[in-house]
Amino acid sequence: MTSKIRIATTSLAGCFGCHMSFLDIDERMLNLAELVEFDRSPLTDIEHCGSCDIGLIEGGVCNSENVHVLREFRKNCKILVAVGACAINGGLPAMRNFIPLEECLAESYLHGIGVEHPQIPNDIELPLLLNKVHPIHEVVKIDYFLPGCPPSADVFWKFLTDLLEGREPSLPYELVHYD
Amino acid sequence: MHVFIDKLVAEHQFKATDLLAILRAIQARYHYIPPSAIAHLAKVLALSASHIIGVVEFYSFFHLHPQGDYELLISDSITDAMLGKQALMDLLSEKLSVAVGAVRADGLVSLANTSCTGLCDQGPAGLVNGHPLTQLTPARIDLITTLIHQHIPVEDWPAELFAITDNIKKTDLLLTQPMPLGSALAAACKRGFTETLAEIERSGLRGRGGAGFKTAMKWQFCREGHADNRYVICNADEGEPGTFKDRVLLNQYAHQVFEGMTIAAAIVGATQGFLYLRGEYSFLYEKLAAILHARCEAGLLGENILGQGFSFTIKICLGAGAYICGEESALIESLEGNMGIPRNRPPYPVTHGYLGKPTIVNNVETFLAAAHITLHGSATFASMGTQQSKGTKILSICGDCLHPGIYEFVFGTTIKDILETCGATEVLGVQIGGPSGVFISAQEVERRLAFEDVATGGSFIVFNQTRNILDSVTNFTHFFAHESCGFCTPCRVGTSLLKQQIDKIVGGHGSAGDIVALEELCQLVKSQSHCGLGQTAANPILSTLERYPELYQRLLKKISYEPGFDLDAALATARHLTQRDDAAAHLAQIGEDHE
Amino acid sequence: MSKTLSIDGQEIPFEDGQTIMQAAAANVYIPHLCHHPEFTPHGSCKLCTVKVNGRNCSACTFPAAEGQEVLNNTTDINADRKKITQMLFVEGNHFCPSCEKTGNCQLQAVAYHLNMLDNHFPLFYPQRELDASHPDVLIDHNRCIFCTLCVRASQEQDGKDVFALSGRGITKHLIVNAPSGKLKDSALVADDRAAHICPTGAILIKRTGYTIPIGQRLYDHHDISDVSLATAETQHDQ
Repeated sequence: MTSKIRIATTSLAGCFGCHMSFLDIDERMLNLAELVEFDRSPLTDIEHCGSCDIGLIEGGVCNSENVHVLREFRKNCKILVAVGACAINGGLPAMRNFIPLEECLAESYLHGIGVEHPQIPNDIELPLLLNKVHPIHEVVKIDYFLPGCPPSADVFWKFLTDLLEGREPSLPYELVHYD
Repeated sequence: MHVFIDKLVAEHQFKATDLLAILRAIQARYHYIPPSAIAHLAKVLALSASHIIGVVEFYSFFHLHPQGDYELLISDSITDAMLGKQALMDLLSEKLSVAVGAVRADGLVSLANTSCTGLCDQGPAGLVNGHPLTQLTPARIDLITTLIHQHIPVEDWPAELFAITDNIKKTDLLLTQPMPLGSALAAACKRGFTETLAEIERSGLRGRGGAGFKTAMKWQFCREGHADNRYVICNADEGEPGTFKDRVLLNQYAHQVFEGMTIAAAIVGATQGFLYLRGEYSFLYEKLAAILHARCEAGLLGENILGQGFSFTIKICLGAGAYICGEESALIESLEGNMGIPRNRPPYPVTHGYLGKPTIVNNVETFLAAAHITLHGSATFASMGTQQSKGTKILSICGDCLHPGIYEFVFGTTIKDILETCGATEVLGVQIGGPSGVFISAQEVERRLAFEDVATGGSFIVFNQTRNILDSVTNFTHFFAHESCGFCTPCRVGTSLLKQQIDKIVGGHGSAGDIVALEELCQLVKSQSHCGLGQTAANPILSTLERYPELYQRLLKKISYEPGFDLDAALATARHLTQRDDAAAHLAQIGEDHE
Repeated sequence: MSKTLSIDGQEIPFEDGQTIMQAAAANVYIPHLCHHPEFTPHGSCKLCTVKVNGRNCSACTFPAAEGQEVLNNTTDINADRKKITQMLFVEGNHFCPSCEKTGNCQLQAVAYHLNMLDNHFPLFYPQRELDASHPDVLIDHNRCIFCTLCVRASQEQDGKDVFALSGRGITKHLIVNAPSGKLKDSALVADDRAAHICPTGAILIKRTGYTIPIGQRLYDHHDISDVSLATAETQHDQ
């Protein structure tokens, strides 16, 4: 039996930049490792999220798979956290929201420069795109938000240590950034 | 076009304050405000083109893009909906082959919703090229579509389509006692204007628009201090859904209203008055203009009125489809030829009103009552009503009752008595004061019509037990989002958010957290908005949440959260493009294992 | 003896004719976006709402008066201000990571000041245009918050009339006074005050966006409350 806090992380419509920033806590990772263990995460090879204390979600919701993954996290994580600009407001991927999906796909797969064998991919293994990219708080209930593109390593550290030490997480002025 | 505009602008003496009137004429003639008209107007009126565009885009009846030769607008008031408006709208759309909110490709006809047209006692109602259509039925829709397809000019349509009845069902002090032409004004001259103001003060008369500010006090504030000019404005921008009393008062009692304005002018020292008539009532314009002319002929307006050495003229100005212009400072902005955006206060209009001069703005009914008090004295008036609400109130009653129409009740009358008088049975509740007012349930009908209890500008909409209150809440909430002027953040964004949130809940997609969020949002919009519109926009939700929490609760899903948008519908485009319809190409609205 | 009012219990002197915001300027920070000391107050953003003797008033337009008890920096008022800021974020398209103004943006800075960590409301994602037609200035309408500072600066300081607001309610939008509606055909030049007054990244001077690297910008390290008070003090000294 372990009493370690279980953390799961994932990236939906994101760039993994938030995960990279998380890793930037550097040697503090060793301190963290004494207190937590990772469930489903790019840092592990666990495919599905088990029962967890904290879920960190990077990226917005752009396709059906994102919805399924997000729901899996919501179901299994006591505390669900939106990490980074894309999870909070759709971020860069949401800039496609102003172009109709038909045009996006046509430009990418049919008429774009350098496209060979034009066709819109339709394999049933591929998740379908939603009309718009949505922030995750529009799909499931979110408990905390860590803004930033990405949030700095110190944001992760401050947030997690607050939680681990039983404090209500808070970010001082210097740690609040949207860029 | 330039010839037309030059002539038009000359008729308006090149006054930029007449911009709305000028734009109304251009819209009527061309069915939109063409870019070349804007450029030309900017030149001849010495305005910036962006100012003109701003005004055009502010008012619902002006368009930057061509509307149909026949511009059909159907009233979106809840009372029209209760009379079967939606089916008629669908029928119109089908028969005319035009979508709601669109212009038909051949440009013959456009069809759209419009806010309450003030014909709730004879709906479903609408407007065609500004002319009111009443008591719409499938048969009338047939006739209208035939007339349009035969290109018959609206002026030649059968008169019965435009028939408007006054439906005065109950009269009391103000509407019973006759008032010979000029008699109140003569009484004021005889008594002296300062003493007349004192008489009005003794009557206890309070503003009939709904807010109930003491009339004499407002007039006193306006006459104080130095000013080279003062103005008297009659607010006939009767836009509160469910209200139509001012239409009837102006149709039958205009002389008294104008007389009240003239007395006010004499008291405050104004030489110019305005009747700001809502665009929907443009059909009253000719008649009212003739009455003003007759009053000038009779020496009751113009120079040296009744030989007393004071002058006063009244000009009728038409609105162009903006509820917000019922707010007095927005109305003044509109009269000056601007967008109808409420001003920052202080200063108040009584010191800084029209063109920055002291101005009083009163409701039609207030001027009517002031004329009556001037003629008959304050004693009878002050003896009627309650401690804080003297005299009578004229109500527009509509909705689920046998006898919709105009009723004059003594203040202090119970809601129950009013309901019995108008023939309302099996009542669920009454919306009093329109969307910005309150919903009174059948359990509260012992409450009284009074400023200190249930105040109203005149709207009184009855709902019987077959009605779903949330339909009206939804209708009203959409109304406010449509009519918000957009000046301040809490109202501009908040009314749209309220609309989204109420649609989510009424659409069956809400959970417990959504009600909490809704209430929070209501409080924010109410407490932070710039003017009365935003401050009351959440009333329909708040007053029903308080009285019928179970109605809302019943709609909620027993889950912690549901998305505010339709997930599966959001995949439809991708399904279509990939020709997929397998299980993985769909999404359930709620996660499978959701508790 | 000068007159005084009290803000959160602090005595503040003022002169007749001043608004509460003007009285507070160098003493107490009252959050604001549409207000700028050099221009006629507008009163539309509602961030400066304070409680005056128990009633909500816009500090930027409400006259200061002797003995007023003003509440400004309270938990409740700041909670409402945060929601109003969130409203401004969701009604437009504010993607800070890709905005040149980030770190120097007052909308962002007010949000930082209020410790706004999320958008709270659903996002509108409105369809808005970008006008890059002018050789030196661009308008990204996605970031406009309708404060009218550009409108006022153009009219009151530049002696022009380049900008105006149009439309009603949530369809409100900024328009440019030019036959084509494009900035290039307007009277605006890069030196105009109106081109430099935007509190967000809606009106930007081209080719200057990254002179100062992200991370070293004004609000990256300074709370807008401190910046605002320091600026007011400097102006006062001058």
